Amino acid sequence: MTESLRTFHNGQAFPLTEIPFLATDDFLQKLVDAVDGGWRVSSYFGASAGETVNLYAILAYKKKGLLGIMATTVKGNAVPSLTRLIPQLHLFEREIAEETGLLPDGHPGLKPVRFHRSFRPGHDAWGREEGEPILPGVMDFYRVEGEEVHEVAVGPVHAGIIEPGHFRFQCHGEEVFNLEISLGYQHRGIEAGLAGGPHPRTLYRMETVAGDTTVGHTQAYCMVLEALGGMPVPARAEVLRGIALELERLANHTGDLGALAGDVGYLPTASYCGRIRGDFLNMSAVLCGSRFGRGLIRPGGVGFDCSHTQQDDLLARLDAARKDLTGAVDLLWNSPSVMARFEGTGRVDTETAREIGLVGPAARACGLNRDVRRDHPFGIFRMSQIPVVTAPTGDVYARTLVRWMEAEKSLEFLAEQLRQLPGKDIRTDLKPPGGGMVAVALTEGWRGEICHVAITDAAGRFARYKVTDPSFHNWTGLSLALRNEQISDFPLCNKSFNLSYCGFDL
Amino acid sequence: MTDIVVHLLLIILMPPLLLGIIARTKAVFAGRTGAPYLQPYYDILRLLRKGSVFSGTTTWVFRAGPVVTLAAIATAALLIPLGNHPAPLAFTGDMILFAYLFGLARFFTMAAALDTGSSFEGMGAAREATFSCLAEPTLFFALVVLARLTGSLSLTNMLTRAAAGNWLGTGAAMLLLTGGLFIILLAENCRIPFDDPNTHLELTMVHEVMVLDHSGPAFGYILYGAALKLFVLGAFFIQVALPFKTGVSPVDWVVFIGTMILLAIVIGVVESIMARLKLIRIPQMLVAATILSAFAMLLMLR
Repeated sequence: MTESLRTFHNGQAFPLTEIPFLATDDFLQKLVDAVDGGWRVSSYFGASAGETVNLYAILAYKKKGLLGIMATTVKGNAVPSLTRLIPQLHLFEREIAEETGLLPDGHPGLKPVRFHRSFRPGHDAWGREEGEPILPGVMDFYRVEGEEVHEVAVGPVHAGIIEPGHFRFQCHGEEVFNLEISLGYQHRGIEAGLAGGPHPRTLYRMETVAGDTTVGHTQAYCMVLEALGGMPVPARAEVLRGIALELERLANHTGDLGALAGDVGYLPTASYCGRIRGDFLNMSAVLCGSRFGRGLIRPGGVGFDCSHTQQDDLLARLDAARKDLTGAVDLLWNSPSVMARFEGTGRVDTETAREIGLVGPAARACGLNRDVRRDHPFGIFRMSQIPVVTAPTGDVYARTLVRWMEAEKSLEFLAEQLRQLPGKDIRTDLKPPGGGMVAVALTEGWRGEICHVAITDAAGRFARYKVTDPSFHNWTGLSLALRNEQISDFPLCNKSFNLSYCGFDL
Repeated sequence: MTDIVVHLLLIILMPPLLLGIIARTKAVFAGRTGAPYLQPYYDILRLLRKGSVFSGTTTWVFRAGPVVTLAAIATAALLIPLGNHPAPLAFTGDMILFAYLFGLARFFTMAAALDTGSSFEGMGAAREATFSCLAEPTLFFALVVLARLTGSLSLTNMLTRAAAGNWLGTGAAMLLLTGGLFIILLAENCRIPFDDPNTHLELTMVHEVMVLDHSGPAFGYILYGAALKLFVLGAFFIQVALPFKTGVSPVDWVVFIGTMILLAIVIGVVESIMARLKLIRIPQMLVAATILSAFAMLLMLR
């Protein structure tokens, strides 16, 4: 398989000329072969090259810790769709259609993803005119016809304080036959704005790709810049980045555990976790002054050092938070009524999860043993591994359990790393990105695999910058988890995935 | 005369306090301070001062819903004896009126929900209809048991005479009855584990989703009506479960208020230590309540 791919390791850059450009049919066939051979699609996107479109596929192979890239130049306005053979491509192909106007021929559900205009003026996959308004959520929804079948539409404005998204349920009584999710309400044009970068404001944009995954996305972006410019990162900075990433994971997993309890009306855990989440956020603030880790991760290192006093402060806070969190979460496992709600609800089986390409805790809860920190290690995780946690059942219980066990492992990791910060330097000098290069960086954000790909032009500016948030892989999982479930369990299932809307909408 | 005045004052003033106590109990379990005990009063007063918004697609049914519901429950509150004191209104067979006043209230809440044409509210109404069908037999079995015990068909006699002596004589039946009635008390008042009155998730709600479109004073009536319903059914439950009586009128009032507060605390504790049931499990629980009270009746009839 590897002969038609340019293989490389996570966080590596190499000249564009090394990417194998295959004939389109060959490219598609190789893609199918690779996925059959155990490769996973991390990202798949189009970039306009004059009048034609180049398609790039970034694949990941866990067994050897390798990433691979291949490309093709598509002539004409259509390309055969692979979605029926590789279901994990279905959103990627819709995205390509929307961004480049390239029609995936035979796609079973070709609909817009984010409801914006094509990046190539004059090429629209749906034949919409230039002046025609494009409104989010306006598309042909899947419908189930028949007596006693009814449709429930939820959102984009929700009763709670959450992000906007539209959900269409086809129901028979209380049972859900199909759930279709339509997002795009928060599309801000991040990718379009990145073209021609890096600009001075690019870093700040990256910090807010998904506000709750600041560290994950900024780390990926910095890895891309460091690879393109050939900047080494000091060991101390790598450790601090790892600490920030795990603090982010802890804060969000804690928040999720509380929210899951809240959704089944179990107040004690909900209230305690709400507070303890704040404790973890405050620990990020001890590091860099921002509860969300903004300003900490900077190209070439970190923006703030961690003194001995801060180390001791963090260790003391960590210890207290660990005790509180253990107590609060134990209440969950010891309440039969809570377990009765979690167990067997919103099940996704392992094979389905593999086919639709789930990532992160949602995948690990389906028994898929994948974690970028171990499979494609980056930064501190090359030296210090965190054990990967999986659960086999694929239900809300498994997703809760995986979150808790990951939190435990992160707590251990933090306690160890905070005791032994190496070296002194925290940042190396910035070097401009090299021209005509491609760099790929994968990180394991708290929701799962974050993939950033940068392609630079001759002058070293971004010709194309592709961001793939874990939510992009996982929204389909939520949709499938709801099949034949009770509609009243939707909020619980939704919370158990807790996906990002803005990370998806970009 | 004094007793009637106290009865009226209690049914007007006390119901929201129960909600305040439940909320406070839950807050203690969650490690929070919680809202003041009087918060439900402030909420209702705030709503009464507001304006109302009515959707153009609704008819008079939507506006009548909260008013009829509150009126029906308030009438039922006049039929129920509190503590050892007879109800202001009592006649033979008033127990049937009592039961169906709640039916009327429910019918109008559901009709108002359906009138909006919203898919959420329709779902809520369907759930309410299903669950209330299953809850009603329990209430009737309980009434039959009490009628049999006391030889009367008037709530005042049935409940005030269901004194401690009954527990000594037919303890098993009373115990089953208490269990069944407690389940119904929680289910009818939309408490956890059947419904979560605090949730904002429209897809999981039962009662709350039916009143999503009401606003201002109408919503205030609904909140007050819900509190009153908890008070009335709570008083009914207390009469069966904790029939402490001294015979001295002022002392009995104090005992009654004390036991009602105790009941609110117990409900708060139950809500704190339990999660909500899966929606498809609720009917099973309600059938269990029916079976409990049916067995109580069998024990009485043997």
